[in-house]
Amino acid sequence: MIVGAQKPLDEIKKLVADAKKVLVVGCGTCVTVSFAGGTKEVGILASSLRMASKIDGNPKQIDEATVQRQCEWEYIDPLAARLEEYDLILSLGCGIGVQALAERFPKKTIIPGLNTTFLGMPTEHGVFEERCQACGDCILGITGGICPIARCSKQLLNGPCGGSQRGKCEVSSDTPCAWQLIYDRMATRGELDRLLEIQPVKNWSTSRDGGPRRIIREDLRALEDKD
Amino acid sequence: MTQSSTNGYYAGSNLEKVLRSGEFVVTGELGPPQGWKREDIERKVKLLKGLVDAVNLTDNQTAIVRMSSIAAGRILIENGLEPIIQMTCRDRNRLSMQSDLLGAYALGIRNILALSGDHQHFGNHPSAKNVHDIDSLQLIQVIRGLGSGTFQSGDKVNGGPMPMLVGAAANPFGDPFEFRPLRLAKKVKAGAHFIQTQLIYDMDRFRKFMEKAVEMGLHEKIGILAGVGPLKSSGAAKYMRDKVPGMIVDDYYVSEMEKAVAGLPKEDKAGRRDAWQKRGIDLCVEQIRQVREIKGVAGIHLMAIEWEEAVKPIVEKAGLLPRPTFT
Repeated sequence: MIVGAQKPLDEIKKLVADAKKVLVVGCGTCVTVSFAGGTKEVGILASSLRMASKIDGNPKQIDEATVQRQCEWEYIDPLAARLEEYDLILSLGCGIGVQALAERFPKKTIIPGLNTTFLGMPTEHGVFEERCQACGDCILGITGGICPIARCSKQLLNGPCGGSQRGKCEVSSDTPCAWQLIYDRMATRGELDRLLEIQPVKNWSTSRDGGPRRIIREDLRALEDKD
Repeated sequence: MTQSSTNGYYAGSNLEKVLRSGEFVVTGELGPPQGWKREDIERKVKLLKGLVDAVNLTDNQTAIVRMSSIAAGRILIENGLEPIIQMTCRDRNRLSMQSDLLGAYALGIRNILALSGDHQHFGNHPSAKNVHDIDSLQLIQVIRGLGSGTFQSGDKVNGGPMPMLVGAAANPFGDPFEFRPLRLAKKVKAGAHFIQTQLIYDMDRFRKFMEKAVEMGLHEKIGILAGVGPLKSSGAAKYMRDKVPGMIVDDYYVSEMEKAVAGLPKEDKAGRRDAWQKRGIDLCVEQIRQVREIKGVAGIHLMAIEWEEAVKPIVEKAGLLPRPTFT
């Protein structure tokens, strides 16, 4: 899932400073699961902003809405009429949700209340970890199901750098060394010899390096035509 | 400059000649300045010339911006000292690396050391974007490709092959320990000619690493240079023991450095410094004697960064002078 984290309240206050009527729009999918932009977080942020604007002597109307998925037209289109009365929309969706709202409602000012942090998962309650960089050419099949592109600080493909010690990455003692994890898993499976193969230079053109990506599924398009 | 005759050598560098001769190799290290003064390099060159076979020039070491290792390498050549250019995968993509390698070759540089690079988090531009388009192992392959006259893309290099001696690093003190000799084997397979290890302050672990390397026959395929260096103070030893990722410092070295200043009052700064330096140099000489006894060690890589004055007494006391010369 996409993991997000709310921006600091001070930053959000600055972003909404000029608005009188603000609609905070949450998203019921990924950012709800990462406790950053669901109905509950929308409610808390809206009341914080209401209070802050009162204390600052410039009270604002701050209202709340949460849609099931901010990144699909069918869920955001019904907002159209409601958005009319607001001079600013504060999205608590991920970067995709913010852009979807901005694309659908180009006359409205849409600003982000979250930082979209990474593609990952909760590993325990309150802990979220990155797992994927969406490089577009998955190598998990040769790395024991652990991604060195997302989880090694240097994106190494051929084993750990010299900074791996006691299972930790040189960048932070809180970060497990991805290559230690890969080594351990391959050892458990008796597949260490696979790590002796030299992995060739990666083709990054399937990643963001190739420019913005797009998938066209002719099979799906054809089905819709029939419908 | 045109391609020089290599007389049967691959790259024809002095380092290659010493390695092939079977003499015990000594490489040194020089950190380019955090500035543009060539005199800063020339001063250090004077402290190393005639004492080592070739000198590593670090590439934005510890992710701190310094003069380009290639530019500094050219200054070394002009001063009669052979450079080994370090190149990290942190700051350049494959286009930039190959472009710089073409330039390095044109400038007469014949030794390259391929590294991953310290993470930028450690340096003076921690908010920088890193690259890691290719890794250090793949960089070895790219350099060997250029040595055969072919770019990574498969295109031909204008002017033909540009053979450079390729080195790589090995850290016997990194984890997983069992993988370290295997990673070394991969670097051999990728085409590296020589290896320089991380600073060794845990001789037992280094011996175990070498046992495995010899068992795999790697020492016959590649020159393994043991990383050694003088400690400057007990504080420096403790810092490396406790703070530097990928290093192990045996308590022996810490306690020996502490003993060196036992009885000297804290206020006697000059006395303590001299005592530390003397002990640091002696311990380094001891390390060299120890690594020379380990099977498969082809030489040392002597790192006396920002203390180049120590190189002369160390190589003298270790009986490594004069350095071999070739015509």
